Amino acid sequence: MSAVQSVDSVALLPAYLAAGTAVLVLIIDLVVARPRATVAVAALGALATAVGAAVVGAGGERRTFCVGGDCSWVFGGRAAVVAAVVALLTLGVLGLSVPALRAGRSPVGEYAFLLACSMTGGVVLGAAGDLITLIVALETLTLPLYVLVGLRRGSLASAEAAVTFFVVSVVATTVTLLGAALLYAVTGSLHLDRLGALLAERSELRDLPLTSAAGALLLLGLAFKVAAVPFHAWAPATYDGAPLPVAAYLSTASKLGGLVALLAVVQRALPADQTGPVLALLAVLTMTVGNLVALRQRRTVRLLAWSSVAQAGYILAPLGALALAAGRTGEARSAAYAAAVAYTVFFVVLELAAFAGVTALRPVGADGGTLDDLRGAARRHPWRGAALGLALVGLAGLPPGLAGLFAKVTVVRSLLDGGAAWLALVVALNAVIGLAYYLRVTAALWAPTATSGGAAPTVPLGGVVAAVLAVATVTAVVLGFAPQLVLDLAAR
Amino acid sequence: MTFGQVLLVAVLVVPAVGAVAVAATPRDRAARIIGTIAAALTLLAAVPLVFGGRGWFAWSAGTPAVRPWHQVDLPWVPGLDLRFHLGVDGISWPLVVLTALLTLLCCAYTVWRVPDGGSGRALVALLLVVEVGILGTFLALDLVLFFLFFEVVLLPMYAIIAGWGGADRRRAARKFALYTLFGSVLLLVGVYVVVAAAGTADVVALTGGGGLSRGTQLTAFTLLALAFAVKSPLWPLHSWLPDAHTQAPTVGSVVLAGVLLKMGTYGLIRVAVGVAPEGARWAAPVLGVLAVAAILIGSLVCLAQSDVKRLIAYSSVGHMGFVLLGVATLTATGIQAALIGNVAHGVITGLLFFLAGAVKDRTGTGALAELSGLRETAPRLAGLLAFAAIASLGLPGLAGFWGEAFAVVAALQVGGPLWITLGVLAAVGGALTAAYFLRLLRQVTHGRPSPAVGRVGAGLAGAELTAWAPLVLLALAIGLVPALVLGVAEAPVDALIGVISR
Repeated sequence: MSAVQSVDSVALLPAYLAAGTAVLVLIIDLVVARPRATVAVAALGALATAVGAAVVGAGGERRTFCVGGDCSWVFGGRAAVVAAVVALLTLGVLGLSVPALRAGRSPVGEYAFLLACSMTGGVVLGAAGDLITLIVALETLTLPLYVLVGLRRGSLASAEAAVTFFVVSVVATTVTLLGAALLYAVTGSLHLDRLGALLAERSELRDLPLTSAAGALLLLGLAFKVAAVPFHAWAPATYDGAPLPVAAYLSTASKLGGLVALLAVVQRALPADQTGPVLALLAVLTMTVGNLVALRQRRTVRLLAWSSVAQAGYILAPLGALALAAGRTGEARSAAYAAAVAYTVFFVVLELAAFAGVTALRPVGADGGTLDDLRGAARRHPWRGAALGLALVGLAGLPPGLAGLFAKVTVVRSLLDGGAAWLALVVALNAVIGLAYYLRVTAALWAPTATSGGAAPTVPLGGVVAAVLAVATVTAVVLGFAPQLVLDLAAR
Repeated sequence: MTFGQVLLVAVLVVPAVGAVAVAATPRDRAARIIGTIAAALTLLAAVPLVFGGRGWFAWSAGTPAVRPWHQVDLPWVPGLDLRFHLGVDGISWPLVVLTALLTLLCCAYTVWRVPDGGSGRALVALLLVVEVGILGTFLALDLVLFFLFFEVVLLPMYAIIAGWGGADRRRAARKFALYTLFGSVLLLVGVYVVVAAAGTADVVALTGGGGLSRGTQLTAFTLLALAFAVKSPLWPLHSWLPDAHTQAPTVGSVVLAGVLLKMGTYGLIRVAVGVAPEGARWAAPVLGVLAVAAILIGSLVCLAQSDVKRLIAYSSVGHMGFVLLGVATLTATGIQAALIGNVAHGVITGLLFFLAGAVKDRTGTGALAELSGLRETAPRLAGLLAFAAIASLGLPGLAGFWGEAFAVVAALQVGGPLWITLGVLAAVGGALTAAYFLRLLRQVTHGRPSPAVGRVGAGLAGAELTAWAPLVLLALAIGLVPALVLGVAEAPVDALIGVISR
């Protein structure tokens, strides 16, 4: 046996591409020093990462960095989906940032570099096979965001948001690490699959109070990342203070990252009978509180932030079915994981479209503003208004936003297959509360403009933002008619 | 594809394409005319569905209870057990034609007059989208597809009320949307309770309760019946209806009362009773009691109403009570009564809302206190109103009679103290119905012309006559020849009763 481990570079290709993008962006910014070139390189890099992930993922599962049977890097179907989605989201967010970058609100090189770094974290996250890789990847995803949130020049809200986010996130990471360390202390292992096997085989280990405590700490730390109630308080303040594109990134790519980490731990490492009840409780609290508080919001981005808290609840809901024995059969479990992933994919597409819509309807570099700022926007800008309206209706889960409807249907179905009818009812009733505020925003878009203060100015639209909005909307429409695409991807 | 299948798909595709075409046409009047043409083509496609594909043999054990005349069955989303499965039979066909007809009349009416609030183009496009949703609901033979079309209706109807409605339209529209969504999410859960237990969403295979356990059927029926009770609406879940009907523009009220409510009763017959018959038998007494409560309370509330549109809206609660009573008896007579009551209510209440809208447009008020003596200034309008009101109160020879009378007969036929009491009370409700409609007529048409009525001219616009004449004729035709509806419905209803009383 050679001392040097063989490394499967093909499996690592997406991570190489993502990290390479970050480095290249930094170099181009230094050498060429043209903002346009920097953004173009970042965009091409993100695209290459997405393509690379798809190509590698299509070839079946590849493992590397293995010790015995346990591997730290498992690039399978789900890792490919996560990597590709994160890369595409990064591309979209980069597009949304173009007008603000052109206006000189943020330093271009740093902005693009940090975004590419964060993307690298997301790409690695899906393939992580042990707790250390998982947590480091999650931190790589989150760390650049502290800076990005605060990167709006001369904005106090932005700085405050960054500090809030930083403090909460560091605490969450500490809690997660403590959980991981305790698990290691109990089992002597960090590989997810080994942990799962050990806890399944040796009930004396599973029944140790320390194991439950470690599992709970791990879950709670990760719950911070997806902004699940009661660990959600950072999200609205952070989203509202951040530049719009960064808020879009936070509520899509970053949320996806949190979910993937949670899923990896729940699916592969921790015993389902212990995590199930916790997740069910988290899901119920998250969607209910998120929806109820969103009802009262007057600021657009805060409303979207609270709504995305609620959406995290729907994402967690299928995992809540693990609380019941009927939900823990092999088939029901894989259906529940697939439903969570599918919902997330539908959600990030619609959420990106919604943020793109808001960005397109607001002046360059402005924050989300209040709902009154969007009043009558669809009458002045029919196409942009219609796209935002479609995204919002989709988030509410109603036709014509079929993608969102199928997302809800997927969750309800998986819950009923797992015998958790009560949780399905909670999800369903929450959808009604959700409609109340999504409808308010949507109706405001078409409401007659208040006559005081003259006609509202029309907002010019940058080509790149328009392209992102169009692509996100078209994707949402296509997924609405062919949801099987997502369901197939999610089941891999 | 056979000709029938082409028609079946065309019934959905034509209005959908029409809606897009209307939205894409920049000139307002031209767009409205295009929309009307699309609605007319839809009706043309819907009517011939009755021909062909019908086997004239009675139901016998062993064959499926739902035997569509034509059907289309394509896979769509296997991961969610969703198939694009459409079909039409004697239970759905009358409602399909009614929907297509009322939408056509509403579009034509909109060509002539656009209510305040927005462009007529957008209104026609929304009407066509609503039509797609309603027709899809009636045609779907897949539970998930049924749910999907059920949801399609919600937002366009919200937009019609919120965009073109009366003074308090926003609140009414929001109430409508939230209530109806509450119903449809229960439908979603109910549908997947069935699908998870049975492993299929095919209505043809599921009708009769095919192997569902008693517990599943009770749960499913409770959820589904609640969902449809919101839509129908069944007392005490009706409180969205008076607001929505009163605030909606005339065409909105016509579609709402004429066909939207029928999605609830149709769903109850086809989905809730068909799929979970054991649950239906278990819940029938409760359903019957609530239906009779709706009849009585609806009538009593109507007696105290002071607004024309609100009165007609509440009268729907009573009429739908008769329909639900018919369903609750779970007998062939009762379900036939429900079906003909459905169609009759759609025709008559559609006409009533058209007329109430005309009165309100001319006088600028809907308050009964400010209306009197309409027959002095506008005798033709007053005459039509009298005709519609009398049809609605159930005079024999007009359409409203059959549904109400046979719902009572069916209740009495079931027998037993409960059902006989219910039948008697429903008959009393029928008398109350007569009372409030006669009160309406006395106040609006008789007496001295009030100042508001004094200004009204005697003439009726050609567009108005065009929109109303088919409804007047249908109310007469169904009243004189109930076989128009019952003839096609007899075989499928017998088959349904055959499987659910096994």
